[in-house]
This record gives sequence, structure tokens and C-alpha cells, in this order.
Amino acid sequence: MPRLLSFTVFVATWWIASLLAGDAKLPAPPAVLAAMITEAKSGALFLNLGATLARVALAFVLAMSLGSAIGYLMGRVRLANRIGDPWLILLLNLPALVVIVLAYIWAGLTEAAAITAIAVNKLPTAVVTLREGTRALDAALDEMATVFAIPRWRAFRHVVLPQLAPYVAAAARSGLSLVWKIVLVAELLGRPNGVGFEIGVAFQLFDIPLLLAYSLSFAAVVLVIETSLVQPFEARLSRWRPRAA
Amino acid sequence: MRLEVDITSKEYKNAAGERHDVLAGISFALGAGEVGVFVGPSGCGKSTMLRIFAGLDHDYQGRVSRPAGARLGMVFQEPRLLPWRSVEDNVRLAAPLADEAKLSELFAILELDAHRNHFPGELSLGLARRVALARAFAVEPDFLILDEPLASLDEALAARLREQIAMLVDGRSVMTLLVTHDVDDAVRLGDRVFLLSPRPARILADLPIPTPRSARGEAEIAAIKADIARRINGDRTERDAAS
Repeated sequence: MPRLLSFTVFVATWWIASLLAGDAKLPAPPAVLAAMITEAKSGALFLNLGATLARVALAFVLAMSLGSAIGYLMGRVRLANRIGDPWLILLLNLPALVVIVLAYIWAGLTEAAAITAIAVNKLPTAVVTLREGTRALDAALDEMATVFAIPRWRAFRHVVLPQLAPYVAAAARSGLSLVWKIVLVAELLGRPNGVGFEIGVAFQLFDIPLLLAYSLSFAAVVLVIETSLVQPFEARLSRWRPRAA
Repeated sequence: MRLEVDITSKEYKNAAGERHDVLAGISFALGAGEVGVFVGPSGCGKSTMLRIFAGLDHDYQGRVSRPAGARLGMVFQEPRLLPWRSVEDNVRLAAPLADEAKLSELFAILELDAHRNHFPGELSLGLARRVALARAFAVEPDFLILDEPLASLDEALAARLREQIAMLVDGRSVMTLLVTHDVDDAVRLGDRVFLLSPRPARILADLPIPTPRSARGEAEIAAIKADIARRINGDRTERDAAS
């Protein structure tokens, strides 16, 4: 119920703002809904959302798996940290735009270039978070696993992974939001479809209802994925913890 | 199955970079089925010593030959349970080969039946210590290390747990090392009592107790305790004579 109330307040505020600002700058909800329905009927909405989602999924999985592995290594092995740290700082502070443009120049306007560019943008935050998580691992529990001769893989799964889980969840959460943000830029600059491309088109035509239709559909998809996938996953990982207020 | 230890020194470097001698002369041998108890003042380096015996610390001067291929069970000073696994899963993780009958018996002896599915965060310290004991015994160890398993428990519970430990140790004839600062625990559980000096620790005396644990009368226990108290508080010459 509070969510519904929150949503109603949002729509009401939007409507009032559109009355104050005028249709040219901020169209009222029905106009945007109409644009959304037109796009949905032609199938373009789903095609573009699908293309964007596929890119998000691929880049996210790529960056999370690679970033977690590198972060774990850098947290465990001092030499790896020494070698990796300057690169990490460079990547962390490199603007997304630079990575995307360079990827398109070097690898052409291809799908692989887009996905790599998005993944590279997300990678360093996953590395940093997982490195912190690995550094915070409880040495006492490692010793316990050693004493009881728990095989390496079982120890990793039952002793190490549960300690890393909150960090993986945090990296996934912040990384996913980063990917949502960057994927549209990558599409705007070099893909012939996807939500970012459509928003670029709408911007050039100054078609604000279309622009908002895509933005809000995208936001809706993000919300659904966050509440139906990410949050239950987090809840499952932390079920052994005492409930927070 | 034999543990031979001859540690001449062990240094510890603290966070500020200062060096401290923790162990000075620890030399003894322990055979299968023997329970050796270390008694010493707190902070004398007992836990450091146990970490060396457990193979967790290799940075020392001297020689430790641990029984090859021996299964090790250990109760740390803190329970060291996995908070994200239930009591039963904690035990099973360390002892994947333990069968259900064995576990049931163990849980019954340690009075943990009702807590199998609880998470460690829901347990009192006394219960958590018992789970740690259950874990150490579930692996059916050949070599058991207990680091103050009865510390900070109330007297009645400590006495019950002490009996349970004695029962489990005798049942399987496990080579056991136990650390405590409670002379009473030492005399009731040990076959041999090693008295340790303050830091850096060395063995002051190695006192065998020939009477089997179950046959020790209160009078005998009191006599041994008096002897140990005299040695701990005794003057310099007595100490030298003992070591």
C-alpha cells in the first residue's frame, strides 16, 4: 500500500507540474501513456527494451564475475593488489564516455564493443567492493576451516562466500544502477536500437512524449527487476541475521 | 600416534612493531590416549602454543612433530561457529563423514537435541561452546586440542561439561591437549599436568597423575591441587627442582 500511495503522489505531482510548465516542456501523463501504447502496439517498445535488457544482462554478468574474481584475488594476494591497484584507480576515475568512445573507435560500432565498454565501466566498482569484502574476511573462521581440514572448495562455499555475500549484493546493487545509467549512453552513441537509441531519436525530433515513454518504461523495468530479483536475493542471503528495524 | 614438541622460542611482533618473547622452553611428548593439561597464568602464551600444535603457526624456533595423518579436532577459545549455518550444519561441515546415529548420540550427550536447527546467533555462550565441542568430537579426532573450553561458564554447567569431555575422551582414547587456568579442571581431566611460567612461557613442571580419571577421589584431587598450588606459589629453589 505505501508503494501505491508513493506512485499516486508521483503521478499527481507530475500532472500538476505539467499544468504549470505547459505541454511543450512536460507533457501530461495521458500524452505519455498514449505514446507508450503506440510504441507497444508497433512492437518497437518491446524490441528496444529487449535489446537494452540483453546488453545490461551480458555486461552485468561479465563485469560481476570478472570483477569479483579480481577483487577476491586482490584482497587475498598482496602482490596482486600492488599490481592491480594503479589500474583500478585509473579505471575508477575514467569517465564512462571516454571508455565508450574508445571502444567504438577500436572495435567498431559493434555489439561486442558496446557490451565491453559497459562492463569496463562497472568492473572497477565490483573489484573495489569485493576487495574490501575479502579483506574483512574473518581469519578465525579460516583457521577453523584449516584445523578441521575442510576441503578448499567446501570452505570457500560455506565459510568464505557467506561472508562475501553482503559485498556481492552491494556490488550488484551499485553495479546494476551504474549499468542502467551507462547502457543508454552506449546505445545513444553507437547502436541502431535499444532504449538509448530511441531516446536519442526523440531528443533530435524534440518528441518529449516519446522520450518520456521510453524513459518511464525503462524505469518500470528497472523497478520490477530490482523488486522481483535483487531484493529477494538479498533477503535470502541475510536470512540468518537478526532482523533490522 | 605421538606428539613430540621442542619449542625453544617463539617471538611475536605486535602492531607497533615491538617484539615480544611468547614462548621460551616448551618441550614434552604425549602418547596416544593421554590427556595433557597446561595450567598457567592468563596471557602466558597458551593460545599461541596451541596454534603451533594445531599447525596454524609455523613461525617459531624449534621442532614440533605432529602425528602424521592424525585427524585433528579443536575447540578454540571462542566457539568460532559459522553464524550463517545451523548448529547441525556447523557440525556436519567439519565432519561430513559422521553418520546420523553418531551425531544423535553426541547431541544427546551435550544436551543439544533441541538446538539442532538453531543458528549460532540464537544460542547462549554456554550452548555455543557445547556446539564447538560437538564439532570437535564429531570428526572422531585422533588428536584433540581444547583451548579453555570451560572458561566463563557458570560452575554447575562447567562441571557437567567437564564430565562430558571426560566421557568423550575416555570413550575414544584420544590424544588430548587442554589448556586452562583452572587447577581443578586440570586435575580432574588430565593424565599429566604441565605447569607454565608467566610469559615467556616455559614448562615449570610435568606432573603425571597415575590414577585413572574416573577413580580419582576427592581427597586425592585435593592433595594434587595443594601440590600444584605449592609449586605455583613456591619459592625459586622449589621451582627449579620441579623443572
